[in-house]
Amino acid sequence: MNIIICIKQVPETTEVRINPETNTLIREGVKSIINPFDMYAIEEGMRLKEKFGGKTTVITMGPPQAEAALREAISMGIDEAILLSDRAFAGSDTWATSYTLSCAIKKISQFDVIICGKQASDGDTAQVGPGIAAHLDLPQVTYVKKIEEITDKKMRLERLMEEGFEIIETPLPVLLTVVKEINEPRLPSLKGMIRAKQAKIIAWDASDIQAEPSSIGLNGSPTQVVKIFTPAPRKSGQIFQGDTQGVVEKIAELLKKDILS
Amino acid sequence: MDYLLSDEQKMIKELAHKIAEEKIRPVAAKYDRSEEYPWDIIKIIAEADLFGLFIPEEYGGLSVNVLNLCLATEELSRACGGIAVCYAASALGTFPIVLFGNEEQKKKYLPDLAKGKKVAAFAITEPEAGSDASAIKTTAKKEGDYYILNGLKHFITNGGDAQVYILIAMTDKTKGARGASAFIIEKGTPGFTFGKKEDKFGIRASSTCELIFTDCKIPKENLLSKEGMGFIVTMKTFDMSRPGVAAQALGIAQGALELAVKYAKERNQFGKSISSFQGIQWMLADMATEIEAARALVYSTARMVDAGIKDVAKESAMAKMFASDVAMKVAVDSLQIFGGYGYMRDYPIEKYVRDAKITQIYEGTNQIQRNIIALQLIKEMAK
Repeated sequence: MNIIICIKQVPETTEVRINPETNTLIREGVKSIINPFDMYAIEEGMRLKEKFGGKTTVITMGPPQAEAALREAISMGIDEAILLSDRAFAGSDTWATSYTLSCAIKKISQFDVIICGKQASDGDTAQVGPGIAAHLDLPQVTYVKKIEEITDKKMRLERLMEEGFEIIETPLPVLLTVVKEINEPRLPSLKGMIRAKQAKIIAWDASDIQAEPSSIGLNGSPTQVVKIFTPAPRKSGQIFQGDTQGVVEKIAELLKKDILS
Repeated sequence: MDYLLSDEQKMIKELAHKIAEEKIRPVAAKYDRSEEYPWDIIKIIAEADLFGLFIPEEYGGLSVNVLNLCLATEELSRACGGIAVCYAASALGTFPIVLFGNEEQKKKYLPDLAKGKKVAAFAITEPEAGSDASAIKTTAKKEGDYYILNGLKHFITNGGDAQVYILIAMTDKTKGARGASAFIIEKGTPGFTFGKKEDKFGIRASSTCELIFTDCKIPKENLLSKEGMGFIVTMKTFDMSRPGVAAQALGIAQGALELAVKYAKERNQFGKSISSFQGIQWMLADMATEIEAARALVYSTARMVDAGIKDVAKESAMAKMFASDVAMKVAVDSLQIFGGYGYMRDYPIEKYVRDAKITQIYEGTNQIQRNIIALQLIKEMAK
């Protein structure tokens, strides 16, 4: 079984600072980690390989420093790592990012399962996984909480809903995005860390993956970040006391004024 | 202080630190109360390849390196000295096979010990033979192709839970100290049972137990090295493992110091953080300096052992004695900094005091360590 896992390197803290001029994250001085949901994707990929044999490949699109995230994945036991890095990828929104990743996956060509984390802790859009499936015209299942079984080019899995879960059967190949209920990610092993340090990371740029220049980076991004701001803190509410009928009438009046004015 | 560790050593420290913070610290209090053997943590430590730090590569380990073992033990001990000793005591029970085992014995036992599938223990202490190890009474009588074991061991760390035991027993009483031999024996062997599991003051996650041998028959292939080598096996094993106990003490001290600094910063009295009081600052300064001195002694000794230097008994004893005395002092001072809260079991610091105490006692009491150091010193100066 050939398993591809897409990961992203993100800043460690949730208290990110935003550069008000460029509306982008200030990444300097902040430690980088593998996006937490992607750790579950890596672990699930490892478990599939342990059960069915085959190969695990991890890909990331990012600046050269994203190599550290790939090496960390290797230290957990991943077989191969690919870094997609090119100045032309800069400024990508989720559409351009998923397009770029899908070009790389097309180049890899042999795959049975693509696994992504539910969402990235910095962007929080949860769009890249589904975007990749759209670009590759693949079935996709999001919020996967358990892979029940795989038989004969079909996968049966549980998809987490707000109340309970769905059981879904899908043909292979398929793209999954996973939630943290799916597993407990393993720690790296010493042998893995040594291997990771010595591993050769495959690096591809835009031409290596035959990406259309108009579809990548800022050019390929239909959405633009116009403004990022911290919303003003909510004002404290008001407490109305008295008999129920009287209080309800008072609140109804206030709401009418608020909504209709 | 930068000890100029290699990249691999930094990886070991980083990985052990991660396990300590993410896996051990959250459950340390639970295991301290329940006294259950922490098999789930052992599994995590094994999957991280840390059992390979005292087993050669050809038997499934990484390499035998005492400094690496110390780095791992120290980091794990920062979170819990009790859980860490389950790992370190397995090293103690494995070293005799690594140092004195023949090819068959190494092939039979080391791979499972490297994977953490099995855990080892070292059994010499008896009710009448603690510091006076030569007073052991357990016997191993040769009968044809077997040895028949009879006797009782007690206070054995990992006892009851370990699968592989190194047993020191008398094969020839007439030869005194040269009449002891070392054997490998497995849990489940008929005639080998476990007695009381001790209710301990500290390191309560680790199991400490009696081993009872009643006409226990083991094949002669289980003899380690030759008859009469028992105490040499013991001494050489302790030379390798003493830095490990010292590292456990170091980790406990470091963990206690970190808790004390954190608490001192958060605790306000008289309108300010108690960390701004000179009295507290001087205590912390002394604690940190003593820990660093202990660390330098432990790492230097471990490096000597790894370099193959044969005469390390004095330095090994110094490292163990000093680090354990520092651990006890630092743990008690840390509790003092916590004040009344430190006395309550809801707070983590009192456990460090309880865990530190045993490091001054086992693997040779600090009084015995002083004997070793003094005798060696006198021998050297007499030249």
